[in-house]
Amino acid sequence: MTRRLLTLLAGALFFALLPLFATFFGEPYLISLFTRILIYALAAVSLDLLLGYGGLISLGHAAYLGIGAYVVGILHQHQSEGMPLLSWPILVQGSDNALLVWPAAVLVAAFFALAIGALCLRTRGMHFIMITLAFAQMLYFFFLSLEKYGGDDGLSLYARNRLPGIDLGDSLHFYYVCLALLALFLLLAIRLSRSRFGLVLQGARENDRRAKMLGINTYWYKLACFVLAGGGAGLAGALLANQTEFVSPGLLHWTMSGELMVMVLLGGLGSLYGPVAGAAVFLLLEEGLAMYTEHWMVYMGPILVLVVIFAKRGLFGAIAGTARAE
Amino acid sequence: MLLLFEQFLNGLQFGITLFLLSAGLTLVFGIMQVINLAHGSFYMIGAYVGAAVTAATGSFLLGLLAALPAAGLFGMAVEWLVLRHLYQRDHLDQVLATFGLIMFCNELVRIIWGRQPLFMDVPPWLAGNVEIVDGLLYPVYRLAVIATGLAVALLLWFLFTRTRLGMQIRAGASNREMVAALGVDISLLYTLVFGLGALLAGLAGVMAGPILAVESGMGESILILTFVVIVIGGIGSIKGAVIGALLVGLVDTLGRAFLPVLFRLLFASATADAAAASLSSMAIYILMATVLIWRPRGLCPVQSA
Repeated sequence: MTRRLLTLLAGALFFALLPLFATFFGEPYLISLFTRILIYALAAVSLDLLLGYGGLISLGHAAYLGIGAYVVGILHQHQSEGMPLLSWPILVQGSDNALLVWPAAVLVAAFFALAIGALCLRTRGMHFIMITLAFAQMLYFFFLSLEKYGGDDGLSLYARNRLPGIDLGDSLHFYYVCLALLALFLLLAIRLSRSRFGLVLQGARENDRRAKMLGINTYWYKLACFVLAGGGAGLAGALLANQTEFVSPGLLHWTMSGELMVMVLLGGLGSLYGPVAGAAVFLLLEEGLAMYTEHWMVYMGPILVLVVIFAKRGLFGAIAGTARAE
Repeated sequence: MLLLFEQFLNGLQFGITLFLLSAGLTLVFGIMQVINLAHGSFYMIGAYVGAAVTAATGSFLLGLLAALPAAGLFGMAVEWLVLRHLYQRDHLDQVLATFGLIMFCNELVRIIWGRQPLFMDVPPWLAGNVEIVDGLLYPVYRLAVIATGLAVALLLWFLFTRTRLGMQIRAGASNREMVAALGVDISLLYTLVFGLGALLAGLAGVMAGPILAVESGMGESILILTFVVIVIGGIGSIKGAVIGALLVGLVDTLGRAFLPVLFRLLFASATADAAAASLSSMAIYILMATVLIWRPRGLCPVQSA
């Protein structure tokens, strides 16, 4: 437990002090790189709830990331054009107020997760993987052909969202906002994983039939997990849209879902903290390899295969000395 | 009416290509319980080797003859090096390892053949059009693709129902321990089935070469359609793969051809075009969702332990 605690403290300290070092050593681009890492970490943690706790292998998690990003993009476009998004039955204006837009992104992503999850959870195993993938591709093609909002060119934002008292356009402010949101989501996820809800999910993962025999309708627990994970990814999408000030259908592409999965596995399945490390390693490895060769994927691929075959506990398990949280 | 018939043939041809891919994949799913995302890479490698050899020798037949063993052997190598270690693991590990393989393969063909897509010409002896019914000219090459696909389907049916190997494969699908206990070398059987699946994917790749551009990543867009086919048909069922592939091929092709016309009759042109474009690209996924609500295990579910 102490080794685990030490690892966590070191990690938290590292992320809290990173901007200080980056400024001190005159490498400000590190702040934006690590902001990206924090955002992907948020998405990866939300996916870990599904993969690690629910045992639900969704290969379509990028869809909710993309939906969150598009909510920001679309509301921003309507705000700058001064046209309402919806005039009937209720008037919905565009907005760039983060306090409105981000919760909207979470809610819309969670709503889509509810609809898609309700259907997908009728199936299990291999069917589930392929169906979540297919639904994500469906949304990908939907946004690809959505000419009103940029189609395959994507949608540019003129500025980041506004948050009272904080300047999101400033990279330092934005970094700490992302860090705080990631910490909050982690806390929520950890609390939930130790609650009755988390225990039921893990029970259903190990033996769904037995959980049902105990009188628990596991379907609703899994659906709740799916919706929660979708909402988390939607928040990450909203942050990502703000960071890059650009939204494109590429965010929903299935390779993005695959990359998020890789982050979870690299970090350690079912450890919740692990995916944060996984996201950092994946993006740093990508950045590092890309510096030496444009063909970085030809190295990344075999590395991934080796990690899958040989390193079952993931990075967090190896350092903190604990396997998946039980 | 003529247009409908022509689009119907196009859909049939697309469906046949999908069938060649899904036949191999559904076997691997059904028999080995392994999810293999890298199946699209076999298709891509078939197409690249076919295009390269055809360009070098000038003969489409030589290209075809080189591509089939290339894809098959590559598939067997993948099974032997990677997937064999993952049979006993979760689906998650299989998804991730084969995702790594896709990254590797896509980048490898970019290194070998460059970023520009390759183009393959239709061989001269299959070029030109033929008049099927009055006033409908249809490319000979596409008819040849349809004929090849039907021949392969027959051959597979024969292999599975009338030969010893087919019997062992079917037995392996329903109870692998029992088959192994009866003295069948199950790991050799798996490698063979995997190679056969890869070879069929390679065949689909070469045949698609003259119709589509041969480029890195071409395997994935079709892989996802193949998944849709298998989910609709039922995992592990060849019959399901035939039905699913034809359904998906026809719905996709006819949707793209006729939805815009249909919508323009109903709505103003600007909204009609936009709505038709997005609906036709989503049509097969809507089809899949409908099938799943109705039958969660696909149209031809395979009973297995």
